[in-house]
Amino acid sequence: MRAAARRLQAALLWCVLACCSVLATAQDVLPVPPLTGRVIDQSATLTAEQVSALSAKLQSIEERRGTQIVVLMVPSTLPEDIAAYAQRVADSWKIGRRDVGDGLLIVVAKNDRRIRVEVAKALEGAVPDAAAGRIINEQIAPAFKANDYAGGLNSAVDRLEQRIAGEGLPAPAPRTGGSRSGRGGFDIQDLAIFLFVGVPILGGILKGIFGRKLGSLLTGGAVGGIGWFLTASALIAAGAGLLALLLVGVMGIGGGRGSRGSGGPIIWGGGGGGFGGGGGFGGGGFSSGGGGDVGGGGASGRW
Amino acid sequence: MFLTLSSPARRARGLLAALFAALVLSGCGYNSFQQLDEQVKAAWSEVLNQYQRRADLIPNIVATVKGEANFEQETLTKVIEARSRATSIQATPELVNDPEAFDKFQKAQGELTGALSRLMVVAEQYPNLKANQAFQDLRVQLEGTENRITVARNRYIKTVADYNVLARSFPSNLTAMVFGYKVKPSFTVQNEAQISVPPSVSFDKPASK
Repeated sequence: MRAAARRLQAALLWCVLACCSVLATAQDVLPVPPLTGRVIDQSATLTAEQVSALSAKLQSIEERRGTQIVVLMVPSTLPEDIAAYAQRVADSWKIGRRDVGDGLLIVVAKNDRRIRVEVAKALEGAVPDAAAGRIINEQIAPAFKANDYAGGLNSAVDRLEQRIAGEGLPAPAPRTGGSRSGRGGFDIQDLAIFLFVGVPILGGILKGIFGRKLGSLLTGGAVGGIGWFLTASALIAAGAGLLALLLVGVMGIGGGRGSRGSGGPIIWGGGGGGFGGGGGFGGGGFSSGGGGDVGGGGASGRW
Repeated sequence: MFLTLSSPARRARGLLAALFAALVLSGCGYNSFQQLDEQVKAAWSEVLNQYQRRADLIPNIVATVKGEANFEQETLTKVIEARSRATSIQATPELVNDPEAFDKFQKAQGELTGALSRLMVVAEQYPNLKANQAFQDLRVQLEGTENRITVARNRYIKTVADYNVLARSFPSNLTAMVFGYKVKPSFTVQNEAQISVPPSVSFDKPASK
């Protein structure tokens, strides 16, 4: 018995050690930096104005075309090849709209003198490998050779936008709701289940306490509020609230006491629902759309 | 309709049995096997897809290189031969269930990779080819395709790892035994012995062509 316990202990210890060594080898390659903005300069090459100008340009591209472009500058990607590193970064960031998947990542390894344009699958038609290679050789490499990093990136982004504009991607949504649902555990099914199971119970309780009118109004308000919290969309929330109000108030679901004969249909306006911006890009915050699937497309180059 | 004839007790028993079977099967990872098996198939199809893309690219590269008057014939024929060997293997999704055929396929594609990279190195020595924009575009496309192959292979390796873990861990290994789900083969490095030896670098003599 004792021996078995000891053996088990040894096995556990061995497992822990093995895990540690795996972690240690995983640390050898460069970690993926957090996605903090559209232009991430870890090599301290660009000035603050250049970074903000380039970010503004990338933001306007996203607003007009929907495509998310991110520029990442690192001192070096060693020991990894830049293609492998860019692939890893793009894989974990998943930039690009969720439903379209149009992301594009430019990685510059300054001391290695290597650059890579990583193109998500949805954009492989707009920016095929050969086109990306030409942009690197014609726009980026000459400018970088002359130490004009901002200029090279700017003209490359211009050329990329031209190509993306010709592709006819779906127009960006006027309000970027995708940024929040990107994290998302929400889908419409959940809400429906919540509505049809939760509402009668909640409605019953509230009607019991507050009477029919106030009870159904409160239920509507509560459902609207929860809906807004879940979906971050005022429209869906208002719809849910209204639906709950109708269910409880008019159809008498969640049958409270004494609700039979009293009063006609209730015609007060929508139950709650949220106001105010639906999250997203306000305040300079930037988050990945969560869509771009990168299959190794794009091109690498050097200068 | 037959059920209406049988007694309610028997019907209830049948229902219970079905429910029990559903619970047991999903509890023992049967559904996970189906899901992962399908994922492995999809990942493998993507690998084949990218290999096919490379095979389609080679005739263009060969044609462009042939335009160069005195191009080293040996390198060129090696590529052509390796391509025909690689494409002669019937690449089907069922390949993943046959380790031997899988090995053969992988070897043939590996040879083609070697022959192609040799061709690209040799092409560097011809100034006309270097100045030829069409050839430079083809070179970028080939690089991109090799990249995609790497990505597709990586994804396949990960998916197969998930599948194999399920097939070997308890209690789902019992399900695997009952239904005959075997561990699937994955990609390995072909020349393991070669690459574990550090390369010898010498600057004394000019590099052989």
